[in-house]
Parts: sequence; C-alpha cells; structure tokens
Amino acid sequence: MPTEHPQLTEEQIEALGRELDELRNRTRADLGERDVDYIRRVIKTQRGLEILGRVLLEVGFLPPAWVGGVAALSLSKILDNMEIGHNVMHGQYDWMKDPALDSKRFEWDTACPGDQWRHSHNYMHHTHTNVLGMDRDIGYGVLRMSEDQRWRPRDIANPIYATLLMLLFEWGVAVHDLEVDRIEKGEITLADKRDILRAIWEKGRRQVLKDYVLFPLLAGPGAPFTLAGNVSANVVRNIWSFMIIFCGHFPEGTHEFSLEEAENETRGGWYLRQMLGSANLTGGRLFHILSGNLSHQIEHHLFPDIPAHRYAEIAVEVRAICERYSLPYNAGPLGKQFGSVVKKIFRLALPGGSEPEAPRADPVPVPVHVPDRIPVAA
Amino acid sequence: MPTLTTPRRLLSSQFVDLLVGPHGIDRYLELIRPELTIRDARAEVVAVRRQTERSVTMTLRPNRTWQGFRAGQFVRVGVEIDGVRRTRTYSPASSEHAAGRSFELTLTTHPEGLVSRHVRAALRPGTIVHLGGAQGDFVLPARRPGRFLLISGGSGITPVMSMLRTLCEERHDGEVTFVHYARTAADWLYRPEAEALAASNPNVRLAYVATREGGPRVSAQALRSLAGDLDGALAAVCGPPSLIDAVRDCVPGEVLAETFTPPSLSVTGAAASGTLRFLRSDRTAEIAGGTLLEQAEAAGLTPEFGCRMGICHTCTCRKAAGTVRNVLTGEVSDEEDEDIQLCISLPEGDVALEI
Repeated sequence: MPTEHPQLTEEQIEALGRELDELRNRTRADLGERDVDYIRRVIKTQRGLEILGRVLLEVGFLPPAWVGGVAALSLSKILDNMEIGHNVMHGQYDWMKDPALDSKRFEWDTACPGDQWRHSHNYMHHTHTNVLGMDRDIGYGVLRMSEDQRWRPRDIANPIYATLLMLLFEWGVAVHDLEVDRIEKGEITLADKRDILRAIWEKGRRQVLKDYVLFPLLAGPGAPFTLAGNVSANVVRNIWSFMIIFCGHFPEGTHEFSLEEAENETRGGWYLRQMLGSANLTGGRLFHILSGNLSHQIEHHLFPDIPAHRYAEIAVEVRAICERYSLPYNAGPLGKQFGSVVKKIFRLALPGGSEPEAPRADPVPVPVHVPDRIPVAA
Repeated sequence: MPTLTTPRRLLSSQFVDLLVGPHGIDRYLELIRPELTIRDARAEVVAVRRQTERSVTMTLRPNRTWQGFRAGQFVRVGVEIDGVRRTRTYSPASSEHAAGRSFELTLTTHPEGLVSRHVRAALRPGTIVHLGGAQGDFVLPARRPGRFLLISGGSGITPVMSMLRTLCEERHDGEVTFVHYARTAADWLYRPEAEALAASNPNVRLAYVATREGGPRVSAQALRSLAGDLDGALAAVCGPPSLIDAVRDCVPGEVLAETFTPPSLSVTGAAASGTLRFLRSDRTAEIAGGTLLEQAEAAGLTPEFGCRMGICHTCTCRKAAGTVRNVLTGEVSDEEDEDIQLCISLPEGDVALEI
C-alpha cells in the first residue's frame, strides 16, 4: 500500500508554506562571500584532483599510479557532477553573476547535455516530484519503482535493469529526455526527438573522445591502462551517483502522489509534497560533500536554488518545522536507505502492491503540462 | 614574440579544448594565476588614487587577451563585491595607443553607487577585475582632421581625455582645444595631466571651468575666445545632454557626442507603469498586470518556461535594463545586463529584456 499522507488543514498547509518561504528568504539574503569561497574551494579541489588523476593515469602501467589515478579521477568526476554541476545548474550560484557558474550555460563532465538535464531534472522532476505519470524520475522509464506502476512480465528483470542502469548511469541520464518508453509505446516517434538526439550525440562524442581516445593515445604504449582507468573512474562515479540519487525518493516511507492530489496545489502544498516525497541520508561532512549534499534531499527539494552547502544548517530548522506539524522526516544512513531501495527493486519485479485486480491502463502520461495557476501573489 | 604565441596557440587549439572539456582551458589556467586566461579578458588593478573628493581613479594592467580600445570608447568592467560580480561601463582615460599597456578609469562616486563607493573605499592593488570588449562609436575619425575641440562635463571627461592623450601621443600638430566643465574647481579632473600635455604640446589649449563658481557657460563666444575660429573644427563632447545641446548650438561643424544618463531609480511599487521592450523579438508593450513572464506571453511572445513558481530557472533571461522586483523575496534590482527569472519578476518601470 502506498503510504498514507499526513492530514493537515488548509490553514496549516498555508502556514507551513509561509514558514518555509521565510526560511528561504532569510537564507537567500545571507548569501555572500562565504558561499563564494566555499564553491571556489570545491572547484579548485575538483580541478586539482582531475589534473592529478589524468597525470597518474598517463603512467597507469605502474600499478600504484593506476590505483591513485582512478581514485583521483573518480573523486573529480563525483565532485564535478554532484556538488558542482548539479548544484550550479540549479541556479544555486546565479546570484554571483559569474558567467563560469551561470546555471544556463554550465556544462558538466558527463555524457548528459546540460540543457536536457535542466529540462528533465530542474523542471520536470523538481516541479512534479513523486507525482506518478508526471515525474519521469520514478523508474526513469525503465524500472518499476512504484506499486502503482502496472506490472508487466518484463519487470521480472527489474534487478538486472537496475544493475545495468547503475553501471551505465551517465548514459541513462543522457538518454532520459529521449523518453524512450514513450517512443516504445508509440506516443511519440524518434523523429520528434531529433534535436535531443543530436545534442546527446554532440556531447557524448566529446566525452568519449576525451576519456576513451585522446587521453589513452597520449599515453602511447600505456594506452590500455589509461583507457581502463578512465572507464573505471566513470563507472565508480556512475555507481556512486546512482546510489545517492536512488536514495532521494525511493526509500521506504517516501510518499507518492496522484495527479489529482497534485492538482490545484498551493505553494504550501507543493512544499508539503517535496518534504513527504524526499528522504535524507545521514553521514559526516565529507560524505555530504561527495553526495553533492543530495544527502539533504528534503532541504534540496524545498529550496533547489539555495547553495547546497547551506542545507545542513537549514536542516535543523526544517526538522523542527516537521516536528511542529507532526510530519515525518525521513532520514537514515546510506546502508539502510539503499538497502530499502534494493528491496523495493526486487519486490516490484514481481506482481503485487496496491494494483487493482482488474488490469488497468498506465497512469496517463501527461506531456509537458502548463500549470495555469501562478502560485505567487504579486 | 613567437616563443609566447606558440603555447598560446596550442592552448587555444581544438585538441586541447577536447582534453579540457567541457569547462574550457581558462577554468584551469585561472587556478595558476587568475589573469592567465586566454579567452576571458581580465586586468589587475595596479594603482588606485583619489583625484578629487567625489572620484576615484584606478589603473588596470590588462592580460594578453584584452584587445584594447579606441579613444572615446567604453568598456564593461566587472568588480567582485561580497562575492557578487558587479558590472559597470566606464570609458578609459588613457591613450588608445596604450594597447598592451596599463590604462586608467576614473569613476565618479555617488552615494548610491555600489561599485564606485567600493572602488574608492576598499579596492586594493592586486585585485583582478573582468573586462568586456570595448564598444561605442564615440571615436576619433580614422583620418584625423586638423583642428579639434574636445569638450567635457563632469565625469564625461574620461573619453575626451583619452582623445587628448591619443592625439598628443600621435604628435598631432593641428590645434586642439580642451574645455572641461565641472561644478566647482575642486571637482576638476585630470588638470595636472592636461597641463603637462599643454606644456609639451604648444598646439594644445586648455580651459577648466567651474560653473557654480562664476565660470562661463558654453557659448559660441566663449568657445571662440578659446579656440579662435570654430569653422572646420571637429568637436567631440561628452557630458550631460544639456552640455551636448549647447555645443551643438554653437559649433558650426561636425559634433561627435556621447552622453550618459543617471540610472533611473523608479521604485514605484505595485502600480508600476512604463514600457516593456522585448529586444530580440523587436516588440514593445505597456506594463499591464502580472509577472514579466505573463506579460511577455500576453504580448504574443513564447519565452521558455517551466515551473512558473521560481524554482526551475528555465525562464531565466537577460534583462538589458530596468528595475524589477522579485515577488518571492521582495528584492528590487536595477542592474544592467543581469539574468532574472521571468516567472517571479515584476517590472517597476521601463524594462528591456533579451527575448
């Protein structure tokens, strides 16, 4: 059964929205040098690790250099994609007016073109979080991740798809906006996605050329070691980001919403849905940085464009708000949260859950939906 | 110097661009030294001095990426203040032949001038600033006529000073008359520098006028008494619109003019009125109700958008000019050329958008 939502009155939901708006504005007004110093320090660390990793892997035929190179390059890619790329592209640092950290123009070291990510993630996922039929991050069009998704025989291989998606995660993310499942169902054709395909090809080609051709060639006879090292670093990053991201909305206790529930939602209602639909990971400071602070998924979903290193301090207040409104605050260590995700992947491979006896259609996939309300009063 | 250009050419090659993708070579070079960038023009502040009570002059040493300027042009300069890059436009006051050398900017400080106040009070030599390419048509004609009349009012002196210095450096031998108007003698800028040029160039004549201390206003008679016959002289004037009009009225020949209008601080609250200009689609609309996104749509435009509630940044677009208010935070911003989120921005008067 899907988790029952806590019942708040309309007044409570509005008051909740006001409190969170106030928290957001207070944090926003406080942004300054401290945040700039932080992100520049992370960037410096990432670029340093990247150069170190590249240099070590050029002499990757020496085993210690290979191991060190893979470690440094993996860390570089993890920082680049998560604490830097994901967060910069959310507009967390737009207020700095630094073109190098501009959300609209930033590109990251992964196969997915920034523009497509900005659409599928910043808009689709963050606006329609956990709304079945709207949030394409529920299973990425490949996995059965919700009891409310109708079981099909192919779902029996759910764990295999999940493993493949994990290992090839950057490519899974890259083709996310292609909406392969909708092409498969005949709702759209590949021709509708020609521009998307071209952009994936352009970005993917450069990434492949860099990691799998040019840097290995520069190593001369050591090319196979460099190639293997670069593949490994990409896979390490893929596994790590898959684990963190799958712990954001799928662990036990996160809520899903129907289209009707999300309809005519106020700003307070949107905040409530973000809190109920997200789950945090507990851990140390380094763990939070390496997760891109997505370990503070709840805070991130409330305030996606507030610099993520602020989430830890915001979390104290969000937790207090949750307690006051008797709302759950889903948090746990990576092992426990990911364990429950794995369990779900296996369990949903089999028919069952809350689906009705009679076969029914999939939730109607709604193409890009234009909310006609403006949730903010002028 | 081939020894220097070869690494530069290598660093800007497509091969290196692939290796350092997707961030680009500058994002690595700047970590060694911020001015090493080969695509981003930057400069190091080498000196800051205060000529008058209400001004500050900084000397910038540009990096090799900087393409220089022509006398009279303006340059966008980005200065970081409390983590935010503030970009303003200034005209260099140095000779245009200073390419590759340091050049000077003089800023007038206003009580509300965030950047000028910061530069005057806190900017230290060694700071790195960001440069845009030089722009503007207020320039000396490539074929220099014989006689020049260079006139400036207040902080409008900088582009005209650049022209004077350029002509002197070129050893221009025609008559050059340089007239500067300021409210009081204490506000005169570049007087010692101009006097030094006049001393070594007999064809240069100077007049510094303090308009609030009984100095003569612009008139054909006053100009003639300084420059002699005005016929055939090319006038270049920079200052408030009233000065330009006055010069146009009394100079018979060609007048090159550049004006600057003070930033309009039109915080009018909810009942804002004015015109929205959509620059790329070449359309205008009078301000009606609603956010800029709604008003752009009402005007028949189809800007990109997503959540319509200020979280996804899909509708972020460049605001060329105007004051807007953020409906979520109440923040009011009048910066030129800044990115704003259309779906949570209300116009507070005339606004120009790059859509």
